[in-house]
Amino acid sequence: MPLLELICPAGSLPALKAAVDHGADGVYLGLKDNTNARNFAGLNFDEKSLKEGIRYAQGKGRKVLMALNTYPQPDTLPRWHKAVDTAADLGVNAIILADPGLMGYAVRTHPELRLHLSVQGSATSYEAVNFYRERFGIRRAVLPRVLSLPQVENVVKNTEVEIELFAFGGLCVMVEGRCLLSSYACGDSPNTFGACSPGHAVRWEQTPKGMETRLNGVLIDRYADNEKAGYPTLCKGRFEVQGETYYALEEPTSLNSLEMLPEMARMGIAAVKIEGRQRSPAYVAQVTRVWRAAIDSVKRAPEQFKALPAWMAELAKVSEGSMNTLGAYYRPWK
Amino acid sequence: MKLPAFPKSLARVVSRLPAWPPSAAFAAACNRAAWPTLGELDWSAAHGKHFRVHVKDIGLSMYLSVAPDGLRAEKAGPVDVTFTATAEDFARLSLRLEDPDTLFFNRRLLIEGDTDLGLTLKNLLDAVDWDELTRRMPLGMGRLAQALRRRTGGGDTLAALP
Ligand code: SF4
Repeated sequence: MPLLELICPAGSLPALKAAVDHGADGVYLGLKDNTNARNFAGLNFDEKSLKEGIRYAQGKGRKVLMALNTYPQPDTLPRWHKAVDTAADLGVNAIILADPGLMGYAVRTHPELRLHLSVQGSATSYEAVNFYRERFGIRRAVLPRVLSLPQVENVVKNTEVEIELFAFGGLCVMVEGRCLLSSYACGDSPNTFGACSPGHAVRWEQTPKGMETRLNGVLIDRYADNEKAGYPTLCKGRFEVQGETYYALEEPTSLNSLEMLPEMARMGIAAVKIEGRQRSPAYVAQVTRVWRAAIDSVKRAPEQFKALPAWMAELAKVSEGSMNTLGAYYRPWK
Repeated sequence: MKLPAFPKSLARVVSRLPAWPPSAAFAAACNRAAWPTLGELDWSAAHGKHFRVHVKDIGLSMYLSVAPDGLRAEKAGPVDVTFTATAEDFARLSLRLEDPDTLFFNRRLLIEGDTDLGLTLKNLLDAVDWDELTRRMPLGMGRLAQALRRRTGGGDTLAALP
């Protein structure tokens, strides 16, 4: 069973190479369509770049995990089946799925293909994880970012499925795979369109009052010149509620769980995942370096582990919003 | 190391130039130096669209479009999307020293207009193999770019750490 594998995002071939060159144990990526949840124009892999990416990563002993984590609709199902076939034929190390129907197809058609349960599958209990294990033989589950560490540990203790945790990056508002905000505003559900707040619905404009962000015409936020901006998602907007304007859903913050690495090591977390397939090779290089150094340090001497200020500063620099949080991993309530 | 700031006096001169010659010079230089590599990506989503690169600290605007055979200079006018940043930040972006989303969060990069087109261009530029790009540049330009990237850190800010 692996321990604290570092899984990094690759939205392009250069990002994949940056991850591998800076110490990722594995990368995760998707195809250029809505079969994955980062379906943004110009991003992701076609068959040619996927082949080259697999060659590059596996040639250096690293893994390639392919995200197929959206939910197929009846009329487009063949696209998802073909994507599973492509993944199997090209020899990725695993595919990351959310839809049980697609898992069934993968098991029937490519029994040797390793399956991971996506965060979009939203399995938060060991019962749910074990169900996917029994029915589809999944080998790893990515847990939603809603559990505290003791709750995570309860899952780890009661399943033979490897557990992967989100370690760093953008935060969703804690309803993984079930958020309706984006589809409410622009008619595209992240689960089927493959993106929250897709580019075609987003408008940024510098006005005399500040920079305005709109999603399908809905004003999400207006930033004064000295304010940091966030992604154009509804959950992170400021809204007028009974005469007051504030972050009515959540503040733009980023997850950084680096200081919890010793705990994760003790619990036997198989892998930690860095968010950000939509981001550039520069980001991937910066974040991968820090996490590689931190994981090596915790494996060498867990008791002496300290989150170095230089690491934290480097990570804070690339984060969305002005705050980093431990997310749900640390909270006194359940 | 910071990249040198653009001299104010030069900025004043540049801001008075008409848009056409800088756009044409940029397009020509880019086509010569970079198109052999850039052209291998699929730019069809951007064909026929006009965009403006607005270098705000020197008051320079370049009007460009992408055609199947390379960049074209365009006359100043309405565009589909505008990118705004300082000369230094554009330089850091092209040297892959900076992540565009980080610049956006810090309000140093603004994309106005057709966001999808803006993201397409950004993501396509991210997908360019930088080593390949600089290797194929003529007249020692690639080696210059590589040296500049190394001198300015090349993302190696943690090199001295354990
Ligand atoms: S609106 Fe926010 S919480 Fe909902 S899917 Fe988008 S990013 Fe996640």
